[in-house]
Amino acid sequence: MTAEYFQRDRRWHPPALTPDYKTSVARSPSLPLLSIENSLSEITGPTFSHAALGGLDNDLILNFTGEPAIGERTVVHGRVTDETGRPVKGALLEVWQANAGGRYRHVKDGYLAPLDPNFGGCGRCLTDEDGFYVFRTVKPGAYPFRNYSNSWRMAHIHFSIFGAGLTQRLITQMYFEGDPLRDQDPIAQTIPDPAALDRLVAPLDLNASVPLDSLAYRFDIVLRGRRQTVFENKLEGA
Amino acid sequence: MPLEYPKETPAQTAGPFVHIGAMPRIAGFTCFDVELGQQIAGPDVPGERIVIEGQILDGTGTPCRDTMVEVWQADDQGRYAHPEDPRGAEVADGFTGFGRAHTDFDTGLFRFETIKPGIVPGRHGRDQAPHVSFWIVARGINIGLHTRMYFPEDNTSTDPVLSMIEQPHRRDTLIAERTADGQYRFDIRLQGDRETVFLDV
Repeated sequence: MTAEYFQRDRRWHPPALTPDYKTSVARSPSLPLLSIENSLSEITGPTFSHAALGGLDNDLILNFTGEPAIGERTVVHGRVTDETGRPVKGALLEVWQANAGGRYRHVKDGYLAPLDPNFGGCGRCLTDEDGFYVFRTVKPGAYPFRNYSNSWRMAHIHFSIFGAGLTQRLITQMYFEGDPLRDQDPIAQTIPDPAALDRLVAPLDLNASVPLDSLAYRFDIVLRGRRQTVFENKLEGA
Repeated sequence: MPLEYPKETPAQTAGPFVHIGAMPRIAGFTCFDVELGQQIAGPDVPGERIVIEGQILDGTGTPCRDTMVEVWQADDQGRYAHPEDPRGAEVADGFTGFGRAHTDFDTGLFRFETIKPGIVPGRHGRDQAPHVSFWIVARGINIGLHTRMYFPEDNTSTDPVLSMIEQPHRRDTLIAERTADGQYRFDIRLQGDRETVFLDV
């Protein structure tokens, strides 16, 4: 199948310039994007195999030292599908997050909350044949950032997703149901439509929790869909 | 009721600490046995060896020093290492076509060691000039920015993407500068004077 992907709806995504998120002001292109039709360069993209992944890569509770991290033990799971509802199998998901106190293990994070000696905050996995994925982690804490003098991020997990082609490449953030910082967070609020932001808020999933062990949240991801090739579109050339 | 499809998951910025998930070594620790995107073309892959360096400049002309840059390219025969390329199975062992780099915390420079890609088939039988696809994410960038790098020594006058750029002088923002044999400089200007052409793919 070498069909084109559906056009991205750029009114659904955050625009480049969102002045309440101050860093965007000098980092947003001022001229319009050049829309191009898909060619082989866009419908292809990096692919990954299990051979590159380690056994604990999707277990953030244990994958830093082998000793358990401190915090609210949490399973994050869901399904990756496209805009036609088909599962995206073999998609690479990478996640990164702060620890339970809102501190990142990064040379550039100077927040006063301490590091957890047993928490790295990175994970990755591939979706299975039906598009499902699962991570285990501790729930990240909220943290302040330099925007307005009292700006705070909602608790979140960063997600990077490689679908089947460059067109589906996506980085986003997952939030947790019920977070009171939602309406204050200038980054979450870069998304114009509240219904779109709802899609980043993972509901509690008690049925997927592990009794006496871990709570669970469900986060489903939708990547761009693609046309059926009933009529020829000569995407690859003559 | 209008016909509805499930909507794509909305994007969010990668933030300042993207390295933790993508390149933990840069964040200051190890987490994974293999970090992805560290080899675009292994030593046995045929093709002209090249180095691409550059900076990402913000609207004030300041280099961004917290950016992740990904590249995707074809091999020297214009084949992508992907099952949907009709010749995808023919690429050499060790050719991934995928690279990932960060901009240095001090200098803001990114660097890729790779091979020069070949001509890639385009739509309706129109060849595309050799190019490398770039994807840029960082703090302050709400949705990843796509662009392309072309090479100054090639005939780019008939390239179908470059030809679509309405203002001729803006095409130059996608053409790298050759600084020495096999060395290319490609600066990306996010905003303002000589702003790079970004693509909605």
